[in-house]
Amino acid sequence: MIPVLEVKGLHVDIPLAAGILHAVRDVSFSVQRGRTYCLVGESGCGKSLTALGIMNLLPPTAQRRASRLCLEDQDLTMARERQMSDIRGQKMSMIFQEPMTSLNPCYTIGNQLEEALVRHKKVSHREARERAVFLLDKVGITAATSRLKQYPHQLSGGLRQRMMIAMALMCGPSLIIADEPTTALDVTIQAQILSLLASLQRELDMGMILITHDLGIVARVADRVAVMYCGQVVETGEVTELFENPLHPYTQGLLACIPVPGRTQRGAHLGSIPGLVPTPIGDLTGCTFRNRCHYSFCDCNEKEVGLFEISPGRAYRCLLSHEVCSQNAARSQSK
Amino acid sequence: MSGPILETQEVTKTYMVSAGAFRGKRPLKAVNGVSLKVGRGTVLGLVGESGCGKSTMARLMLDLEDLSSGQILLDGQPISAMRRRDVARNLQVIFQDPYSSLNPRKSVDSIISLPLRVHKIGDRAGWTRQVEEIMDVVGLPRRLRHSFPNQLSGGQRQRVAIARALIMRPKIVICDEPTSSLDVSVQAQILNLLMDLRNEFGLTYILISHDLAVVEHLASRVAVMYLGRIVEEADTEDLFKRPRHPYTQALLTSVLTPDPRLGLPQTHLGVAYPNPIDPPPGCTFHPRCPKATELCQTTAPSPVIESSRLVECHFTETLTEEEP
Repeated sequence: MIPVLEVKGLHVDIPLAAGILHAVRDVSFSVQRGRTYCLVGESGCGKSLTALGIMNLLPPTAQRRASRLCLEDQDLTMARERQMSDIRGQKMSMIFQEPMTSLNPCYTIGNQLEEALVRHKKVSHREARERAVFLLDKVGITAATSRLKQYPHQLSGGLRQRMMIAMALMCGPSLIIADEPTTALDVTIQAQILSLLASLQRELDMGMILITHDLGIVARVADRVAVMYCGQVVETGEVTELFENPLHPYTQGLLACIPVPGRTQRGAHLGSIPGLVPTPIGDLTGCTFRNRCHYSFCDCNEKEVGLFEISPGRAYRCLLSHEVCSQNAARSQSK
Repeated sequence: MSGPILETQEVTKTYMVSAGAFRGKRPLKAVNGVSLKVGRGTVLGLVGESGCGKSTMARLMLDLEDLSSGQILLDGQPISAMRRRDVARNLQVIFQDPYSSLNPRKSVDSIISLPLRVHKIGDRAGWTRQVEEIMDVVGLPRRLRHSFPNQLSGGQRQRVAIARALIMRPKIVICDEPTSSLDVSVQAQILNLLMDLRNEFGLTYILISHDLAVVEHLASRVAVMYLGRIVEEADTEDLFKRPRHPYTQALLTSVLTPDPRLGLPQTHLGVAYPNPIDPPPGCTFHPRCPKATELCQTTAPSPVIESSRLVECHFTETLTEEEP
C-alpha cells in the first residue's frame, strides 16, 4: 500500500546567534491512509517543527532538507511555493492548537470556511456554502446555517475547534495534521473532539498526524507512535507494543512520570527524569539523553547512536541491547 | 486546636457584568453558596471545568476579592476582620503560569525575599540566609540567586514561585493549577516537591486543577464544582471508586489514562458549558445530564450529606446502586 505521506531524513536547522539549532534531526516516518501517526514529546523536541517542515510553513530563517518527502505521488522537496499553496489546504491541511488565534476575528465563520474551497476548487460561493453547512453538521455544530454568519468570538472554545476541523476538511484532504488540537480545551470537551477526529478520519479514510505531549491521548488515539527527544525520534512502534514494552529510557521515564488513577499509588513519589531538556545547538556528539539517563555509560558520550530496528516498524535509539532495555522496562513498570 | 484550619460558610460572589450595549448590567454568580472545610494537614482538591468558579474561590480565600455574602474562617476567625498581612502570613498561593506571575525585572533573590521585606522580618543578612535556605529546600541551585526569571526554565520558575510562597512558613498554600503549564517530566518533579514540602512543613494544600489524575495523586479530599456550586465532595478514594453525581462520573470517564487497550471514552455531556449569566433553571446540570427528568428542570436539588460525602442531586438514592 502506498503511504499518504512518506518522510525520510527530514532535517530542520535554524541559524541563531549562538550557533545552528538542529531543531529536527533525521526524522523518517510514513503515514498510511485511515491511520493515525502520533508524534509525542515535550516542548522543544521538534514535533511541531516537523509538521511545519512538511507543510513548508517554517519561519523564513529555518532551513529544511530531506532525502525524501512525498505526499501521495507528489515530491514536496522540489515543490515551489506556488505549488505548495495549491497543496496546503487542499491535499493536506492543518489544525492548530489555539483556535482563537488561528481564526481571523474580522471575518465570519462562513467566510473563512468557504475561502479554502473557492480558492482551490474554483467553485461558486453557493456551492462552497452548501459544503460548509454539510461539514458543520458533520462536526456536530447545530443550526449550521445561522452559525455561518457568526464571528469566532461568539463561539465557545470547543465549538471553535470543531469549526477548525470543518475548515480543514473543506477540500477533502488526504492528510490532516493536528497540532495539539485539544490542549486549550476542558477534559470533557477534549474527549469529544478526539473521538470526532478519530471517527471522521476513519470515515473519510484520511491519514492523520497527531502532535501532542499527552501520553494519555496517544494511547487512546494513535495507531503508530514516534517519541521525540531533542529533535530526534528516539523510539517508534505500534501503540500497544510501545506502551507495554517501552524500550528507550526516555520513554520509560515519561511513562513513569504521569500519575494514573488506580495504578500509581496515591501520594507515592512519581518517577521523574532529572535535569532539563538540552537545546540542540552546535555540533552534537553522542546521545542527547545521556545526562538525564539512569543507564548511561561512557560510550554514550562519543558514539553516534543510530535507530536500532528490532522488527519492521519497531525501532529505538539507544546503545543498550534490546534485552537489557526490555528488562529495564519491566523493572520500571513493576515499581 | 483541632477543627478545620480553613472553613468557608455559604460563600457567594456575584459580579455585575454588562449584558450588551444599552442593556445595563446583570448579576453573574461566579460562586454560589459554597461551604467547605479544610482539615489541618490535608489536601483538598477542587476540580471542575473552566468557568466553574474554582479560581474565584481561590481569590476569595486569599482575600483578594470581597465576598458578596457568607464568610471565610481561618483558624476560626473571619478573614474579613483580619488584616491583610495576617492573612498573608498564614495563606500563600502558587499561581498557574510561572511566566506571568514573576516580575521580569526583579532578580530571583528579590522575588523570594519580598515577603520578608514587606513583613519587616529580620535584617539584610538574615534575608540572604533565609533565601538560600529556602532555595535549597525547593531544589534551586544557589547560583541562580541573581538571575532573572527570563533566564530560568518553566520548572525553575515554578520552584521560585514555591519558594516565595513558603518563605513566610504559611500554614496553607493554595495551588492554582501548579503544573498545567509544565512539561510532563517537569510536572512530576514539581508534584514530588510539593509532596515532600507538605510532609516537611506540615502544610495544608488547596489544590485547584482540571487534571483529575494530578488531583487523585495528591489530594486527600476532593470537591467537584459546577457553575459555582459544589456538586459532590468526598474522600479521594471514595470519589474515584464510586462517583455518585452524574457530572463527577462524566469527568472521571473523560480522564485519558495511558492505556492503549481502552478506546476513547463516550461522554454524554453535550457540547456546551452553559453561560453562567443565564444558568439553566432547576438543577444547573440538567441540560447535560443523561438522567435528567422533569423535576430536574424546575427544582434545584439540595445537598444530601451522608457520612463523609456530599452529593447535590435529586437521585442520590438511585445513584448509590450504580457502580461505574
